[in-house]
Amino acid sequence: MLAERGLVFPPINEILRWQDIFPSFNKIGLIAVLAALIGIGLFLAASRRDPMKAPTGSRNLAETMIEFIEEGIVMQTIGKQGLKWTPFLLSLFIFIFLCNIPGILPVFQMPATARIGIPLALSLLVWVVYIGTGLKHQGAGYFGHLLWPPGVPTALKPLVGIIEFISTIFVTPFSLTVRLMANMLAGHILLVSFALLTHALATAETQQAFLVPMSVFPFLMLVGVTAFEILVSFLQAYIFTILAAVYISNSLAGHAEEH
Amino acid sequence: MEAFSALVQQADFTADEAKSIEAAASAGYAYGLAAIGPALGIGFLVGKSVEAMARQPEAAGMVRTTMFLGIAFTEALALIGFVVFILLKFA
Repeated sequence: MLAERGLVFPPINEILRWQDIFPSFNKIGLIAVLAALIGIGLFLAASRRDPMKAPTGSRNLAETMIEFIEEGIVMQTIGKQGLKWTPFLLSLFIFIFLCNIPGILPVFQMPATARIGIPLALSLLVWVVYIGTGLKHQGAGYFGHLLWPPGVPTALKPLVGIIEFISTIFVTPFSLTVRLMANMLAGHILLVSFALLTHALATAETQQAFLVPMSVFPFLMLVGVTAFEILVSFLQAYIFTILAAVYISNSLAGHAEEH
Repeated sequence: MEAFSALVQQADFTADEAKSIEAAASAGYAYGLAAIGPALGIGFLVGKSVEAMARQPEAAGMVRTTMFLGIAFTEALALIGFVVFILLKFA
């Protein structure tokens, strides 16, 4: 090939495809199962604590997170009638965050959401939930409202209706999936690139006096990107959850006051 | 791109190498072009949101939520560009 010496970037399969631990179960599956178990375990442990005393430990954490979902997401998007959606949104948030964060944890070093499977399944779940909510609250008129949106000038209604219908039914789950997957994949590739660059410079065979000290710079960048990935893991879980809440709120209220 | 193809033809590369060189070059163009619009969009969006928060600090929570929503929609374009980059480079 072109470059035998120096920096050789591995093919994409090498950094994303993992060997099966046992048939049809690899590291991605392990992370997903662990994320679900840790989330369930945390909230079960929190529910065992005495609710009359001041919260400590796991209950403190659980209450903070519930309050964050209620105040930061549900009240801002759906309003008071949406508080019954808190458990669903909370599970989404915890699961996505715990799937994202292994991207920077040693041993795992892979966000489970960087492969398209988990984001796709979660988006389809959200898709089923918001269409089901629309059908429950507005009946068959839900599709009617999508195709013939109220509050739009009559001349524009066919055009807006088609755009609205396609965007709600097809584009929404696609963009939810791609947003989460591509963000985590980009972060993973960024970490791999800087790690490889550090390694290539630190083990340089020619001009060692210049190249070996240079490996400090990509290493510092690696540390910075790792810190940035913590932020991204949280932010992507937050954005996925808040978008799910917005889509549910659109299904609840119809599109009368939106857009 | 024509200049690039000419360069590839002049040098003695095998068909596979020529293909991977063109794939790498066009992947770079794809991501660079895809990043321009969302970059301007997010800059404008966050700038205006900060302005709104400074003017009305009591509305900061609502502005922040809406800002993240806007960022999510704008950023999607750049991310689709990134996916195209991966597809061109590696697929």
